[in-house]
Amino acid sequence: MLLSIILQAAANAAIAKAGAGIGAGLAALGAGVGIGHIGEGAMHSIARQPEALNDIRSNMIVAAALVEGAVFFAIVVCLLIVFI
Amino acid sequence: MTTKNPLFTYLTTVILAVIFICPINTLADENNHEHHKHENHHEIHANENTLANKDIHHKEKFNPGDMIMHHVLDAHEWHVMDIGEKHITIPLPIIIYSKERGLFFFSSKKFNHGYSSYKGFSYDHGHIVPLNNDESIYDLSITKNVLAMFVCMFIMLWIFISIANKYTKNKKQAPKGLQSFLEPLIVFVRDDIAKPSIGENKYNKYMPFLLTIFFFIWISNMLGLVPFFPGGANVTGNIAVPLVLAMFTFVITLLSSNKHYWSHIFNPPVPLAVKFILVPIELLGVLTKPLVLILRLFANITAGHIVILSFVSLIFIFADIGGNIAGYGASIISVGFLVFSGLLEILVAFLQAFVFTLLSAIYFGMVQEDHH
Repeated sequence: MLLSIILQAAANAAIAKAGAGIGAGLAALGAGVGIGHIGEGAMHSIARQPEALNDIRSNMIVAAALVEGAVFFAIVVCLLIVFI
Repeated sequence: MTTKNPLFTYLTTVILAVIFICPINTLADENNHEHHKHENHHEIHANENTLANKDIHHKEKFNPGDMIMHHVLDAHEWHVMDIGEKHITIPLPIIIYSKERGLFFFSSKKFNHGYSSYKGFSYDHGHIVPLNNDESIYDLSITKNVLAMFVCMFIMLWIFISIANKYTKNKKQAPKGLQSFLEPLIVFVRDDIAKPSIGENKYNKYMPFLLTIFFFIWISNMLGLVPFFPGGANVTGNIAVPLVLAMFTFVITLLSSNKHYWSHIFNPPVPLAVKFILVPIELLGVLTKPLVLILRLFANITAGHIVILSFVSLIFIFADIGGNIAGYGASIISVGFLVFSGLLEILVAFLQAFVFTLLSAIYFGMVQEDHH
């Protein structure tokens, strides 16, 4: 039991980096799903009302930037794990 | 430049003095010391070097981590280019205030890239450390990012002072030239960002701040994408700059908040049990809003720079593996990708400025809502 804890402590550095990689991948997944939903909603709205194209497009881009904000927070944490 | 504004000439003089106070030298490094050598013990680079151990009797293996970090981080000298083995850098002034010994002002060339110490300070991987450990120092140097901010401020002052002069001189005439380029942008900030978020009768006093941060972030981002001097410095990607901008937004938000807003934070109209959960969450929300502003801007710009630099590194990594011909082949695809990334980055430069300004305006509007 003690041996496994010691071994785990020794391997922690590598596990941390693997964790960072998985975290970054999950963050990208979150970004894809989130922005995909935004795009889907935007497409449906444009199909319903093509005159509102410009309004919908600007709102879509704003919403995408806000979602990216959350994703980049996760990316920054993973970068911190790898580099600090 | 037709303007004779005294403020403008003063600022030009100050900025030119700063640039030329340390003369632009070509640092011919005769002893060919490479940047990679003295950083090999640093932890972040230990992993990059585990790529196939090639024999390095001709030249050092290309280290992408080093190159990317070098381009993304701040520095006490501005590395303009390499011609062969010569590094052409602009040494920037170092200003240190030490509590015990007072103010020091000298060129960063005295540190000789970290190999020498000078006047009781030594230079360790971008940090100035006092040789005497008990000394506390404040590093107030003009670093690469500070100089880049001066360049951005200079551009902004030039543009806006000249169109302001044109507006005051030609009051009754239609705008032309630079005015007609900037007028839609300024009207856009007023009509699409400030008025809807803050309200028709209160938006006017926030316009200077919103315009300033919008153009400062946009021009800084764009300058960071230009690959040659004076562009290429990662200003908004240095966490201090978005930090300060978000602090401004936070302070202005606090100063313009009204009682109604705080009564909703501390005493929301919900049942008592829910209040215990909701008040801490609302207080946390007050703090996370500027934090998210900071992180969004910082991470977007830094990530964009890292992506473009990674595509460039790909060329050199291939050249290391397969010789020069592999490098040339990889460069065809790499350059295509990095140009595409660069165009995306131009969009991101504008978008991040827009989102920062929009969210600041929305926060200003939210704290001033009246009871309805």
